[in-house]
Amino acid sequence: MHLLRIALRSLNNRRFTALLTIFAIALSITLLLAVERVRTETRASFASTISSTDLIVGARSGSVNLLLYSVFRIGNATNNIRWSSFEHIAQHPQVKWAVPLSLGDSHHGYRVLGTSEDYFTHYQYGRKQHLKLRAGRIFSNQAPFEVVLGAEVADALNYQLGQEIVLAHGVATISLVKHDDKPFTAVGILERTGTPVDRTLHIALAGMEAIHIDWQQGAPAYGNRKISAEQALQMDLQPKAITAMLLGLNSKIATFALQREINQWRGEPLLAILPGVALQELWSLMGTAEKALFMVSLFVVLTGLIGMLTAILTSLNERRREMAILRSVGARPWHIASLLVLEALTLAGAGILLGVVLLYAGIALAQAPLQSYYGLYLPLSAPTLYEWKLLAVVLLAAILMGAIPAWRAYRQSLADGLNIRL
Amino acid sequence: MTTSTPIIELQNLRFAWPKQATLLDIDTFRLEPGQSLFLKGPSGSGKTTLLGLLGGVQLAQSGSIHLLGQDLSQLSASARDRFRADHSGFIFQQFNLLPFLSVLENVLLPCQFSKRRTLRAIQRHGSIHAAAETLLSHLGLASELHQQRAGELSIGQQQRVAAARALIGQPKLVIADEPTSALDADSREVFLQLLFAECQAAGASLLFVSHDQSLATLFDRSIDLTQLNRATRKQEI
Repeated sequence: MHLLRIALRSLNNRRFTALLTIFAIALSITLLLAVERVRTETRASFASTISSTDLIVGARSGSVNLLLYSVFRIGNATNNIRWSSFEHIAQHPQVKWAVPLSLGDSHHGYRVLGTSEDYFTHYQYGRKQHLKLRAGRIFSNQAPFEVVLGAEVADALNYQLGQEIVLAHGVATISLVKHDDKPFTAVGILERTGTPVDRTLHIALAGMEAIHIDWQQGAPAYGNRKISAEQALQMDLQPKAITAMLLGLNSKIATFALQREINQWRGEPLLAILPGVALQELWSLMGTAEKALFMVSLFVVLTGLIGMLTAILTSLNERRREMAILRSVGARPWHIASLLVLEALTLAGAGILLGVVLLYAGIALAQAPLQSYYGLYLPLSAPTLYEWKLLAVVLLAAILMGAIPAWRAYRQSLADGLNIRL
Repeated sequence: MTTSTPIIELQNLRFAWPKQATLLDIDTFRLEPGQSLFLKGPSGSGKTTLLGLLGGVQLAQSGSIHLLGQDLSQLSASARDRFRADHSGFIFQQFNLLPFLSVLENVLLPCQFSKRRTLRAIQRHGSIHAAAETLLSHLGLASELHQQRAGELSIGQQQRVAAARALIGQPKLVIADEPTSALDADSREVFLQLLFAECQAAGASLLFVSHDQSLATLFDRSIDLTQLNRATRKQEI
């Protein structure tokens, strides 16, 4: 106990170096824990992007590709699905519900999703949570020019209910071709979900059809071929094609059978995927980056500890007198060695403590911006068992590292004896 | 019988550092209880090595060192360390103290490593703190200095703190290695008088090593290490 006191006082005597060392360790610990938390939360929020959907069906391509464009609104479909195929599959006896998805347009970089009212009934995320409205109502299948905004779209662009919105053709952030002849009106704003839904504008399939009704070969009509919004409303707005569909089945057991049936259907080359399996596949792709990040943060911790080792080792030479004095008053060499291990333990312990404090301060400060800009929610929760284990490992590593200067001081004090005239 | 056991007894002591010529070769040397002895030793006379042997941090190649009748070569390294902590107090030339501890904490250091000295301090003064404070004030350090950081004191004051530390818990032997060399002539006398008085009060023998012959007359006995050490005598011839 008294040795610890001497160690503390000696450290206090060198407090500038000691504080720098503690700070270096603290920052590395903060980084390690932050990476660990972000990684856990990202994985959790990633896995909970879509739930309760049994199959996603799209044109035949790769399962990750299909998942990316249908759920994450990343990339594009290689091909469309005929409306008749959608109707065919929707009428399958095993299918409980089917929601069509039609993608391809955007608004200020946010994707526009053409779908049906059913989307709001059947789409679930997280722990089987339904989409909820923050304001207004959902669009009506019969009102083509209504739009329901995702939370982030509304917040970032500062849109209120009643806002008139012009969609852009294509998905580039800056689009040269706008559907400005057929503006939409915001009728509802969804609550935040932390999923890509927040970054989506939802319109009825009829609206999607209406804004493209006068298009010829991928280009807008001009002159008297143009069809106005009023004219469009009088026309048949039944879509001829969609991009993908979400399916809910009567029984989970039928999932694989139906998946095979769809994949082998001769009517159109289609691909059906299980969202859970595809999510896993996708995560294993991103998991490499996530593991790399974790490794980097581990190495940063190692760097912090090596910094501590350097600080203690360089102090050893100038502290030979201190050791000799302690020897002359009766300290045994193992006292000297434990003094240095205690020193390492103190530095690492203080570093870990400060690191945890910095982490919580950081989370408290960054929680709101992270949530609104990245849809990432970091809870201000107590350290998990895994985090405690990480910290214990760091502390153990520090003690092991402290053994190096301890061993040197042990040898040194045996050689120096009581000779303090250095 | 016990009263006649010498505090230090060296016989046929020979010591050489590894791969070096014999540095110490002492036929016989004794320090009696309660005695103060001046050992004149210029630098290079093997003085520091002799102190290391007496402190038990080194062992002689041949011959014996008995402290209070105990043969040091019979003890393990850690037992020698414990023996040193229990029975001897050291005062060095200067920078004797841990500058980051308070004056009082410096004086109390030996009690952290020796139960025996702790017990004796408590027996005599009631507590180790009382023992330290008494010693410090006897050595002329006013109580307002006791809580100060040791590094802030003058060298003369620091040496007196070192003396108090060497004497706490009444060790039988106080070994002083040039403790006055950093002091001016006046404080040297004062320091020595205080040291004598406290050694006497504690019943400790004093082995005082210095190259300053002028101090020799103040001691009970005076010996020249260069005469005592046959290794250096040979070199001179």
